[in-house]
Amino acid sequence: MSDTSMAAPAQAGGTPLVTHISEAVIRIAGNSQDGIQAIGGFLARLAGRSEQEVMTFMTIPSTISGGPSIFQVRIGTGEVLSAGDEADMLLCFYQHSYEDHIKSIKLGGIVLYDSDHVTPNPEWQENYRHVGVAISGLTVEAIGGTGRDKGKNIYAMGLLAKIYDLDVPKITKLIQERFSGKDTSIVTNALTCFNAGYSHSLENLLKTYQFKASEGKKPTPGSRPQVVMNGNEALTYGLIAAGVRFGAGYPITPWSDIMELLRKELPKYGGSFIQCEDEIASVSMAIGASWGGRVAVTGSSGPGISLKTEAIGWAVMAEIPLVVVDVQRGGPSTGMPTNVEQSDLNIACFGGHGDSPRVVIAPASVEDCFYTAIEAVNIARKFSTPVIILTDQGIASRIEAFEMPDLEKICQDITPDFTPVADHKPYDLSAADGITRHLAPGTRVASGKYPVVTGLEHDELGHPTGSPKLHVQMTAKRRNKLKKLGADLPTPKTIGPNEGQILLVGWGSSLGPITEAVGRGRSVGDAISGLHIKNLNPLPNGLEEIFQGFRHVFVVELNDEGFYGYGQLGQLLRARYCDPKIRGINKSDGLTWKVKEILDRARALADAVQNGKA
Amino acid sequence: MTSLALPFESLTRTGNLNLVPVPPLPEGERKGLTKKEVAADHPTWCPGCGDFSVLALYFKLIEKRKMHHEKITTVAGVMDNNVYGLTKNQTSPTSPLGYKSKTDAWGSGDRPINPMKQAIAAGATFVARTTHTNPNHVLQMMEAAMDHDGFSFIECLSECVEFYPGAFDGANPRKGGQFPEVPKDHDVTDEYAAYKLAEELMPGKFGIFYKVNRPTKNANEAKIVSTNREKFASLPDWQILQKNFDRMK
Ligand code: SF4
Repeated sequence: MSDTSMAAPAQAGGTPLVTHISEAVIRIAGNSQDGIQAIGGFLARLAGRSEQEVMTFMTIPSTISGGPSIFQVRIGTGEVLSAGDEADMLLCFYQHSYEDHIKSIKLGGIVLYDSDHVTPNPEWQENYRHVGVAISGLTVEAIGGTGRDKGKNIYAMGLLAKIYDLDVPKITKLIQERFSGKDTSIVTNALTCFNAGYSHSLENLLKTYQFKASEGKKPTPGSRPQVVMNGNEALTYGLIAAGVRFGAGYPITPWSDIMELLRKELPKYGGSFIQCEDEIASVSMAIGASWGGRVAVTGSSGPGISLKTEAIGWAVMAEIPLVVVDVQRGGPSTGMPTNVEQSDLNIACFGGHGDSPRVVIAPASVEDCFYTAIEAVNIARKFSTPVIILTDQGIASRIEAFEMPDLEKICQDITPDFTPVADHKPYDLSAADGITRHLAPGTRVASGKYPVVTGLEHDELGHPTGSPKLHVQMTAKRRNKLKKLGADLPTPKTIGPNEGQILLVGWGSSLGPITEAVGRGRSVGDAISGLHIKNLNPLPNGLEEIFQGFRHVFVVELNDEGFYGYGQLGQLLRARYCDPKIRGINKSDGLTWKVKEILDRARALADAVQNGKA
Repeated sequence: MTSLALPFESLTRTGNLNLVPVPPLPEGERKGLTKKEVAADHPTWCPGCGDFSVLALYFKLIEKRKMHHEKITTVAGVMDNNVYGLTKNQTSPTSPLGYKSKTDAWGSGDRPINPMKQAIAAGATFVARTTHTNPNHVLQMMEAAMDHDGFSFIECLSECVEFYPGAFDGANPRKGGQFPEVPKDHDVTDEYAAYKLAEELMPGKFGIFYKVNRPTKNANEAKIVSTNREKFASLPDWQILQKNFDRMK
């Protein structure tokens, strides 16, 4: 029943040639219940443990019972900045996965398909090397059960391990770890599947691959190991490292992972996470806890953020430190819940009534999620302000390997201080730094004058006032403290030279693709550079000088071009700098940027501008 | 119904949020708060507003219980007087059917909500009813609520003299109404009996409708935390986190 067929003529002699490669992009396509994510996770973790760089990209159906799903993993011995434009290999389990994704691989790439479910198209067989293996049948042969049972993902993992000469002992360990704590027969079955796949004869395959030893990235003695996780996990652990011990939220994809993990982890530290009846209750509860003396977190995605905006306004007015996580997804409304979009920048920066300045930061990568969470907590505390972390579905579910943080150094103790004070005015207008400081309730004030917090405009002690003079002073105070933060922010560095033709400006998860686009463009002679802005509100100073070095400033965003032709950051930059050379490169297809897409669009837009057509 | 919540001990003293306890206070000759000390603000309400008496009784309670300032957190919102008074006479969720207000020139078409029933249905473990025209009773209810371990809810009728005068006259003996108390034989642990009381029309009954003891959310949460802490308390926080990171190598 073993069936290994292929279109290209077999290599005489039978033993496949070994080709040395520095990176591979593998796309796995099937249905979400097939354990596609598990194979991707194994590959990513293996890369991390092999000191390789790795980046993944996945789509999951928004329906509960499953549906088409893909997981793309790019593993490299050099720098890996994006999940890769075109795959080297497509592993497909069904006819639909085969047909829908064949175009995502390079011409001449390999299609490894389950011949029990896929009938190859003769036309495509000319352009791609087809390798059929009866994955479903062979899995049943190996461990029994039916073709619908689990195991074929692990069998396929065995095939991949053979083709890419992966480290079998390390994979075996990963499989054991993954199923540890479960019935031993599950581990045994998984290993049997893996070994069956690994020893399946692929002698008709033209060649196998071997990753070149990484150059210059050899682990030096004493260097830190890599950890492998996704963005939501990194963000959660960042919050914990920052000292956050209370959170409240309401489930919504893709934010739910964060609250699930916080709920599980916080009690270990003596903290707690509360699932509330709705978004409004959760933001309000987090504000209450923050006011209680220790920064708390709430978060959401999509419509949940809209529901929280009124309370965020309250926190701005009362000047309460608070961290709000927004894992962006396709909107508006329930929109495209499992797709990526960067369309919440406006609501993050400006959502809400009244003049309500707040801080917005967007992490650039999975590793950055960890550190951004800490930065957000510290800004919230230092400036007594709500801080919104604007991450996105792209980073949230993406798996990356990064250097193990030095947790002993990084973890913060932000236990509130209850030392009694003589007197205290939280909204002191004469404070030298202009920043509000609240006492943790429970702190004794010897003068007996205890502050009040309210959403009404207030005087220095927090007592409600209708005084126009105080409203002017307090509004300015709330603005100026964050202007001061803006002035303190470092100016981001350009990717590539700080002058040239085109500057690609991006934020959030676009850092990788933009960096790669710059590299690829420059390698063929384009005078192109990049700029990634992490602090979006307030913006850092010094951007104007950077813009001056370029003929075009193209803001690359995963959102709509809007009425006036610029995306959300594009509009913000235009408003601040009034510079007509700022233009938008936008898209809203729910997918992350491909490097080629960015380069093609940038070149075309530059041409159009030069020809007076844009 | 008034949404002036009763004081609760600050989160910082529950000890289950990994916060340091308040350092021992130099008690000595320190007396409890006086009404004068606690009433920092004089709200800008209309003279004669029922809310004044509710607030005054709350201060009296603090004084009577010899409480200290730093141990009280008061959260207050908009009060319910069967009308939206603050915004100058609009229909509120408790305004009666047919009530004419600025938002209901032809009379309200919504049946009013029943705050008592809603509180019972929502799971409050102490639900009582009182009225601002009977100060002793208000104080009695507040004290009982304070002594209750769990979420306590008191509906306190408070007249808006400006926009809905006479709304609660039916419950005011001085205005020809009545003040019937909850019957002595009422079983406060009987939820259905509590609903029955809550269904009565003006003046209804006054007193404790419902009171049960069951583990509070705080207690349940504290249990989860302490079970976890038993396993991890010997480790500094960073080592607890390190365990997770080590699994992700
Ligand atoms: S409007 Fe009514 S409720 Fe408001 S302060 Fe005046 S009397 Fe009281």
